[in-house]
Amino acid sequence: MSEKTLNEFKGTAEQEAALKEVIANHHDQPGGLMPVLQEAQGIYGYLPLEVQNMVADGLGISLSEVYGVATFYSQFSLTPKGKHKISVCLGTACYVKGSAKILEAVETQLGIKSGECTADGLFSIDSCRCVGACGLAPVMTIDEEVYGRLVPDQVAKILESYKEGGAE
Amino acid sequence: MTINELNQIRDSKADLIKVRRIVAEEAAKLAEKTGYRKQVLVCGGTGCQSSGSKKVLEALEDELKVQGIDSEILVVRTGCFGLCSLGPIMIVYPEGTFYAQATPDGVRRVVKEHLKEGNVCKDLLYKETVHEDGSIISLAETNFYKKQKRIALRNCGVIDPENIDEYIGTNGYEALYKALTSMSQDDVIKEVLDSGIRGRGGAGFPTGRKWMFAKASQGDVKYVACNADEGDPGAFMDRSILEGDPHAIIEAMAIAAYAIGAHQGFVYVRAEYPVAVHRLTVALNQAREKGLLGKDIFGTGFDFDIEIRLGAGAFVCGEETALMTSIEGHRGEPRPRPPFPAVKGLFGKPTVLNNVETLANIAQIIRKGAAWYASMGTEGSKGTKVFALGGKITNVGLVEVPMGTTLREVVEEIGGGIPNGKKFKAAQTGGPSGGCIPAKYIDTPIDYDNLVALGSMMGSGGLIVMDEDTCMVDISKFYLEFTVDESCGKCTPCRVGTKRLLQILEKITSGKGEMEDIDKLEELANHMKSSSLCALGQSAPNPVLSTLKSFRDEYEAHIKDKKCPAGVCKSLLSFEIEKEKCIGCGLCARNCPVSAISKTDYTAPGKKLPAMAIDQSKCIKCGVCMSNCKFGAVIKK
Repeated sequence: MSEKTLNEFKGTAEQEAALKEVIANHHDQPGGLMPVLQEAQGIYGYLPLEVQNMVADGLGISLSEVYGVATFYSQFSLTPKGKHKISVCLGTACYVKGSAKILEAVETQLGIKSGECTADGLFSIDSCRCVGACGLAPVMTIDEEVYGRLVPDQVAKILESYKEGGAE
Repeated sequence: MTINELNQIRDSKADLIKVRRIVAEEAAKLAEKTGYRKQVLVCGGTGCQSSGSKKVLEALEDELKVQGIDSEILVVRTGCFGLCSLGPIMIVYPEGTFYAQATPDGVRRVVKEHLKEGNVCKDLLYKETVHEDGSIISLAETNFYKKQKRIALRNCGVIDPENIDEYIGTNGYEALYKALTSMSQDDVIKEVLDSGIRGRGGAGFPTGRKWMFAKASQGDVKYVACNADEGDPGAFMDRSILEGDPHAIIEAMAIAAYAIGAHQGFVYVRAEYPVAVHRLTVALNQAREKGLLGKDIFGTGFDFDIEIRLGAGAFVCGEETALMTSIEGHRGEPRPRPPFPAVKGLFGKPTVLNNVETLANIAQIIRKGAAWYASMGTEGSKGTKVFALGGKITNVGLVEVPMGTTLREVVEEIGGGIPNGKKFKAAQTGGPSGGCIPAKYIDTPIDYDNLVALGSMMGSGGLIVMDEDTCMVDISKFYLEFTVDESCGKCTPCRVGTKRLLQILEKITSGKGEMEDIDKLEELANHMKSSSLCALGQSAPNPVLSTLKSFRDEYEAHIKDKKCPAGVCKSLLSFEIEKEKCIGCGLCARNCPVSAISKTDYTAPGKKLPAMAIDQSKCIKCGVCMSNCKFGAVIKK
């Protein structure tokens, strides 16, 4: 359904070489598929079918097994993420302190839903379960930066700061 | 490494660390011996890092050089102190003065005025530590710390987790030496069994019995695994222990491995905990360098090493069989038990799987003995338990108390009560597998058995406090949304059951509920409990059942009166303007996103302009009018 986002695979030769090395390192390790996928996602930013195919070939297992694992865990993404990854915590402590309203504000501001990426590729929104900063609830993270004790009115201004500095 | 080398390191660090543990007066005398006039501890836990502790640390180190006192003052970056809402936290020893919400500018002042000139910056201290007469109390004397008994957290916020010598300075790795050189495998297991410690991850199975079964299992290869896949939202004790005291986990795993006859360990830790993963990696490397992991540990011929495996964000992987399936590289789906992991676990071999907090107690049990540990706690639950206090409570953070401490002590005394003068309504324990304990049971001593009797469970120790503004039906719905997301889908009762429970709850909160929905909830919940494959599905209905038990009237209010008593469920709310209070300024109307507010033709006595009113057919119940009204004229019904 979200074919509107940038789904065309644009892997480079360097990325492929890096992936081959990762596969070689974990080839004989029992249960090596998860570490390989984690590192593959680090290389490509997500796990498109092309990458899953390379992993399956490299480890000598079926694509269905790779796909099964890649779709089971929420850390793995089959679609590309935005340049800035927004994550709103919906853990209990944040939820009790109103994080649902923060998520709503982010969605309204960007005009996309949680799990989606904006058309310009600048932002993607996800919700997460507890980043462990419950003392700062409600919390949202953008890339590595943590924003705590949020109220919905602050959201627009925070997002704006990424648009100015972040657009290329 | 030999025991002599270990003792040497311990002796070189012991005083330094003792300064951070004892009362100020004695500590001051001891500090002179250590070569450092003062020690400054800065929290480097995830909570404080999120509040900017890195910048604080940089400013501190820089200003110490500027003032020319960097050789007299020892700076230590520790793990979590537990008081996350006050971060970044900075403590100065030997006084034990407690600077809260530190900023780079504030820290520069502290360096000059306090560390150099000897005048404590009172205005920057945590306000609870400054009395009205101007006297100052130390961190250890605050209400938050005074009542705590820190065993699992004993080194968190005290030592530098990335410095193995500091851990050794707290008698670290002595328990491993003792086990390897003077105890048989059965002695070790008996000690753990006699201590009475039960698994801190959720179900509370006696740890010693797990080890006993694994040792009894035949097999050439066995494994020890540590469950650090802390998934309960709102619980972060395992993360804090890994961040603050990683060597305690390594030492305990080595002891467990010796006891059951394993030589390989795995730590399965959430990828969402990058700081914990980093600290653990550093600790593993240091232990290997010192020969405390690897071949022939302490020259006893015992080999053991540990590998880290990262989780990938699946709650079900906290369940032991699912966790092992995940380490094996598959979809993290649980498998039926028996066979239990102690018989057939990881890669089909006998495996002991313990939670982080459980392991954090083990070295101390071996070193100080089972009787010491068993002297704390209640009949069926020995020792202490760490709780992650969160929600509507003043002191958000980690607390460790003896089993049997009452909920009231935790919430009101240690937690500092509910902010904004609100009333305590319930405490949720056990996360999505647990339940809500209503206010009337606030004096119940907390232990495994009492919580189960109240329809909740210990779980991993998340303790979320709820006040009168929390809707219990909404909270059930929240947990069910979570379990619907996280159900792995392997068994039908859980996959379909959680979804149906959620649908019924959604029906009730949207005002379309019927009384028989309550019966349906109960029936379905009981089926799920008895027929789901793993603990996730068996416990997923607990939030519903426990709130139904204690807060049935709220469910009925949603269904019969079509009202949400706490004012949370949007479909059942309405906003109204009290015309006698309204001065007609129109601020609400200008801010209404859907133009649902307009002027009436009524002007209240004493007011100059006509009152406003809300058109209920247009209102989207966003509450903007209410937050904008300066006269309290907008009310929520």
